[in-house]
Amino acid sequence: MLSQDALKQIDREIAKYPADQKQSAAMAALAIAQMEQGWLSTETIEAVAGYLGMAPVAVYEVASFYNMYDLAPVGKYKITVCTNLPCALSGGVHAADYLKQRLGIGFNETTADGRFTLKEGECMGACGDAPVMLVNNVRMCSFMQPEQIDRLLGECE
Amino acid sequence: MGALGFILNAEEGERGWRLAEYIKRGGYSALKKIVNEKIPADQIVGELKKSSLRGRGGAGFPTGLKWSFMPRQFPGAKYVVCNSDEGEPGTFKDRDILRWNPHMVIEGMIIAGYAMGCARGYNYIHGEIWEIYKRFEEALDEARAARLLGNNILGSDFSFELQAHHGYGAYICGEETALLESIEGKKGQPRFKPPFPASFGLYGKPTTINNTETFASVPYIINEGGDKFLELGKPNNGGTKLFSVSGHVNRPGNFEVPMGTPFKDLLAMAGGMRNGRKLKAVIPGGSSAPVLPADVIMECTLDYDSIAKAGSMLGSGAVIVMDETTCMVKALERLSYFYFEESCGQCTPCREGTGWLYRVVHRIEHGEGRPEDLDLLNSVTDNIMGRTICALGDAASMPVKSFIKHFGAEFEYHIQNRKCLVPEDVQRAGSGFFKAA
Repeated sequence: MLSQDALKQIDREIAKYPADQKQSAAMAALAIAQMEQGWLSTETIEAVAGYLGMAPVAVYEVASFYNMYDLAPVGKYKITVCTNLPCALSGGVHAADYLKQRLGIGFNETTADGRFTLKEGECMGACGDAPVMLVNNVRMCSFMQPEQIDRLLGECE
Repeated sequence: MGALGFILNAEEGERGWRLAEYIKRGGYSALKKIVNEKIPADQIVGELKKSSLRGRGGAGFPTGLKWSFMPRQFPGAKYVVCNSDEGEPGTFKDRDILRWNPHMVIEGMIIAGYAMGCARGYNYIHGEIWEIYKRFEEALDEARAARLLGNNILGSDFSFELQAHHGYGAYICGEETALLESIEGKKGQPRFKPPFPASFGLYGKPTTINNTETFASVPYIINEGGDKFLELGKPNNGGTKLFSVSGHVNRPGNFEVPMGTPFKDLLAMAGGMRNGRKLKAVIPGGSSAPVLPADVIMECTLDYDSIAKAGSMLGSGAVIVMDETTCMVKALERLSYFYFEESCGQCTPCREGTGWLYRVVHRIEHGEGRPEDLDLLNSVTDNIMGRTICALGDAASMPVKSFIKHFGAEFEYHIQNRKCLVPEDVQRAGSGFFKAA
């Protein structure tokens, strides 16, 4: 289910916590699993639970509580746009509108070719760089005016 | 990056954050001094008290006092935790501290471990800033390799291990007990207090939680003395402080200035109002702080006491600037949606109340407001505030109360005329997004 490489990464996370507190690595283990599998299926969540010796429901609780876990398949590129007030004052909502128009989809939708999913995000802690977007949870893109958005979409071929 | 101070004094770029550069700037000298001179823990806590350093995460609690609550002699595990789960809308200072000066935070945490008798620490880093999290992990590796972390630090009998924990998108984890639950691998739902973390914290052990900027202030206080730090600011408001300026200004960003700096000066540092438009309102301390109208904020200085006197909070130092193109109903609608979305659902007044607040503001914004809606909103906030385990309920209520208090006429116009006082095209121009199109 999870690759040897993923398990090795999870082991490194487990080592961060006291020996009797393995469950502390649940968040990181889910993130690692999601990066590898693209999203978190019930089977993936169960595999993580098995590896950490946790009840599957306890891991599912974590996966469903935090916004950055995807419990359904997403496109190859998940773009999350912050539309919260500080970003909105500098074009966050307009940037999201521009993306919707370019991709022909709304929030929580995926393009027909499976390439892009669009999400509305909450504060990413980068309000000075608005408009801000996050690609696949790991790459933060700042000052996203139309030209920069076009370039980003071009890079995501 | 903004004005130079001791926290943001690192050079931007790919090298300035590294250990060698930090040491060149005098880094880790506070830790060396403590370890070499075997400075007693009480003396460290005493310097912090003298410095008048107050918690930079938003609550402004005196750091020295907080550290003195830790039962230093308690046998067994104790923890130091750094709260870098920066998700309060408007706040983006911790990201820059960790980006340009991660070792200053690490040094502050090691000193905290020494002063409070803790052998382990965690830095909880906001989910959305993966690149910063990875950099912090690299900085930790550098510190370990240099024997600044781990067993027998710098050859002494003091040992301290530090790890980074990466969040995954939950505003509530910025609340300290929710953050502890999250490190324990659970949903981030706040705990009832008391017991406070100093007696029952991470894994049920004594724990002290401070904000990133708070820890970053510690090495300076040890090197230069608490008095000097206090003198940087003003009485009861020691030090410099980072202010994150966002919204309708020409140069948004972080600015490190002395406590007590006039708001006007900060606005000028941020390049003034975008396109020279007129200031309408400012949220001075992150989205949870009450909004202040232009004429009130223009008379304020930036410190805990002045902002409190004006009826708001300095909070995390997140200054959200709004000009005359802003529809205050729309602005509040977005904030109310945020709290509704981020309520952890544990307490009924907050879980249900934030939904009521959002839906009522939403209907006003969309031309379906009713004459009784402003009273209804105030009544909902009264039924949330003070009735929940954590402060999220209050945080959701304060914007609503203050927006209605200061901009009630705009809400009434919306209800009566079923449209906004500020024309749509004016609002659209305000964001500056279409300038390139």
